[in-house]
Amino acid sequence: MKYVSEFRDKDLAKSVSAAIRREADPGRTYNFMEFCGGHTHAIFRYGVQDLMPDNVAYMHGPGCPVCVLPVRRLDDAVEIAERHNAILCTYGDMMRVPGTKQRSLIRAKADGADIRMVYSTLDALKISRDNPDREVVFFAIGFETTTPPTAVAIKQAQKEDLSNFSVFCNHVLTPPAIAHILQSPDVQDLGTVEIDGFLGPSHVSSVIGSKPYEPAAEIFGKPVVIAGFEPLDVMQSTLMLIRQINEGRFEVENEYTRGVTREGNLKAQALVEEVFDTRDAFEWRGLGTVAKSALKIREAFAAFDAEQRFEISPKQSREVKSCECPAILRGVKKPTDCKLFGKVCTPDTPMGSCMVSSEGACAAYWTYGRFRTKSARPQREAAA
Amino acid sequence: MCLAIPAKITELDGDDMAVVALEGIKKRISTALVEDLAVGDYVLVHVGYALHKVSPDEAARTLQLMAEAGVLQDELDEMTGADQ
Ligand code: SF4
Repeated sequence: MKYVSEFRDKDLAKSVSAAIRREADPGRTYNFMEFCGGHTHAIFRYGVQDLMPDNVAYMHGPGCPVCVLPVRRLDDAVEIAERHNAILCTYGDMMRVPGTKQRSLIRAKADGADIRMVYSTLDALKISRDNPDREVVFFAIGFETTTPPTAVAIKQAQKEDLSNFSVFCNHVLTPPAIAHILQSPDVQDLGTVEIDGFLGPSHVSSVIGSKPYEPAAEIFGKPVVIAGFEPLDVMQSTLMLIRQINEGRFEVENEYTRGVTREGNLKAQALVEEVFDTRDAFEWRGLGTVAKSALKIREAFAAFDAEQRFEISPKQSREVKSCECPAILRGVKKPTDCKLFGKVCTPDTPMGSCMVSSEGACAAYWTYGRFRTKSARPQREAAA
Repeated sequence: MCLAIPAKITELDGDDMAVVALEGIKKRISTALVEDLAVGDYVLVHVGYALHKVSPDEAARTLQLMAEAGVLQDELDEMTGADQ
């Protein structure tokens, strides 16, 4: 198995890499947080870090939707399936995430709960139509890219009068999370995390546009570059961040012009606005409570809100004790700092959410990075 | 779940739904999030919904890259393999 894939466009990768080496000021460091798990994946898969000079580093942010869902909400979903005997529909990534006492959806399913993996909210609607005598709940997770499909499903359910369909809404928002990280004590007081700029997510931004990042960039003086998911996009965006910093700028720039505009997808935004309202606060795994960072279903669609339809009991939810996911999601620790990493915790036996999803930092480290250290840089020669 | 995959629209129906073809697979998707689509357009598909249009060149490039990175098959399996 090849751990680090080749670049398709080697010459271009070489020239971007050379430009970065030329332009990065050796007298300083450049720490960039890639917000999105898709970037983490690309950086590891293609060994992008190895193509950077020593003073340019990536930190992995909280943009993996499975990773940031607090255990409590997962436990609640299990309760909806078990106690309320509903058919719980979920995206595949969620199935293996360990809940309290390592109880995942897959375990609950093995114990008899009716939990079904779906590819799309369209599948969940179909299950509702096919099972009119059962409650069918869609376990909605994800950032701004997955939110519009949930909005469409709720509207469709209303149109068809699918009274057995509801949504357990856990959709979260990217820009407040970025602002929260920049305001956190780790960044502001303790200085344990140094962030010089952000690689912004491309698919999320194709929906919301690049404009919502502008306040954070301006208030905190940190550049944001919206980056595509291809390795060359990541490298090109890194160069754009370095240039902004060298020139003392902190703007929102867009490298992924083939998919993202400043305004975004207005039709999708209107649908989301119609169906969802902002929550005052929401708990994120790793970040704690973040103000105005998540969505809830509006009163007009309350009939489709699982949180209103089912009584969900308060519970003492707990993660696996030594799992470092929370610190990793804030950029304070690396997966290799976790003593369970690769020993007890692997993608086959995940102890935390960061090891489950392929976008999670621990899974990326395990799959592509576990044999490499800073001194062994297999791709550097190839690209120099 | 975070991936999006380019696919070509082969049929459009009136109810914001379309059929896309991709590596020999046909899949019904929703077009509720995108305006002005025509048969033959390429769209980026995410969890069963078209997110935005892409050019045919971009679609080909992305597909090839996904295939090389070994994620294309996973994504296709996810599209066709969910329990119903
Ligand atoms: S290696 Fe496993 S236990 Fe450790 S932080 Fe990552 S997911 Fe948690």
